[in-house]
Amino acid sequence: MWKWLHPYAKAERAYQLCNTLMPYFAVVAVVCIVIGWVWGLAYAPADYQQKDSYRIIFIHVPSAILSMGAYSSMAIAAIIALVWQIRNAELAVISLAPVGAAMTAIALITGAAWGKPMWGAWWVWDARLTSELILLFLYFGVISLYHAFEDKKVAGRAASILAIVGVINLPIIHFSVEWWNTLHQGSTITKFDTSAIDPSMLWPLLINIVGFAGFVGVVTLMRLKNEILRCEQHRPWVRDLVSRG
Amino acid sequence: MSVQHSYWQLFKSVYCKDVTLAFRQRAEIFNPLLFFVIVITLFPLAIGPEPALLARMAAGIIWVAALLSTMLGLDKLFRDDYNDGSLEQLLASPYPMSLTVIAKVCAHWTTSGLPMVVLSPLFALLMNLEQQALGATVLTLLVGTPLLSLIGAIGAGLTVGLQKGGLLLSLLVLPLYIPVLIFATSAIDTSMMTLPYGGQLAILGAMLAVGIITAPFAISSALRVSVS
Repeated sequence: MWKWLHPYAKAERAYQLCNTLMPYFAVVAVVCIVIGWVWGLAYAPADYQQKDSYRIIFIHVPSAILSMGAYSSMAIAAIIALVWQIRNAELAVISLAPVGAAMTAIALITGAAWGKPMWGAWWVWDARLTSELILLFLYFGVISLYHAFEDKKVAGRAASILAIVGVINLPIIHFSVEWWNTLHQGSTITKFDTSAIDPSMLWPLLINIVGFAGFVGVVTLMRLKNEILRCEQHRPWVRDLVSRG
Repeated sequence: MSVQHSYWQLFKSVYCKDVTLAFRQRAEIFNPLLFFVIVITLFPLAIGPEPALLARMAAGIIWVAALLSTMLGLDKLFRDDYNDGSLEQLLASPYPMSLTVIAKVCAHWTTSGLPMVVLSPLFALLMNLEQQALGATVLTLLVGTPLLSLIGAIGAGLTVGLQKGGLLLSLLVLPLYIPVLIFATSAIDTSMMTLPYGGQLAILGAMLAVGIITAPFAISSALRVSVS
């Protein structure tokens, strides 16, 4: 396993791996999001209580799940970066942070848009919303800490440490609907037994989640490629790549 | 070569040095405390002096003021040692950095957190907090403020190498303070309804225990990154 993984610590191999993986993620993202949105927005039945306004779930829930998923991936990359001193993992942390922040912002905005007709308010100081907002601040912290350092090697390590420390917020978001009395509904699809949601709505939702994951993957890989090129710009292989055009 | 001292001596000397330094420059102790006092005084002026309203908000106001005034002293925590080079000496010394760091955090708490804990009953009375909530306020601050110093020191360690770390520090640290704030104010709210608040206090205690074990490593690795 280690022998198989270790070559990817070299920037050039990692760059090639990004190139190989990107088409797969791109296909998954495009196919799943198109199917999921058309199915979810046009063909899924309307909710008996919320009518058509529930359909924002097909954007809201995937982005909320991916906002946390991106943070945990970022933290795992940060641990790898600090423990095995792998520079590419630091770059992955930096590549993931703005993507995760965007997902968090989408989740918050769609949540607010959903909250207005359902709860009668754009923003309620409820546990789930507040902890998701904290997640956005944590992403901002990682991004701005990285940009505050002149020396990007130091910056990468500092951002990694912060990413790991911020992980304590993830269980808080996850359990927030159980620990506090809150307006936000409990989890519907992340139960291991039978789901609390009808299959006709569940399937497009699951497809959307996969599609959003693919989207996060594509954007992160694109950013990671850029970061690798930026910090290896004086290496011969990058010059070859540029001269080949 | 130099004589090896015991870990306890190291802890004591670092702690005593920091506390002595703080007492030499009184402003370092009194400014955060004065800030705490002024922030609390502003609230009755801003929202109106009705006793019932103040009592309802007292827990939150006292805790937010405590968070903000803890933040004030954090930037100084490693800054002076970094500027005069003694932080590098400490990192190069054969002693475990996590021990040095915890001594410094203890000193920070003694000079910033402890005075707030001591003064808090007075403010609880001024804010018309009911008698039964007085104990909860003091206890949550007693358990919570060391945790604030520990978490804050991680941010201070990360930003010590930056010229303008102060503003960034608050962005990094305040989100991490929120769990402490939630459980502390929930304990005080529960105590106002004369219900047992041991649960929230126990969670705060558990967070403090985890913080004491893990934060020193995070702080010292943050310092290593900043200084190198």
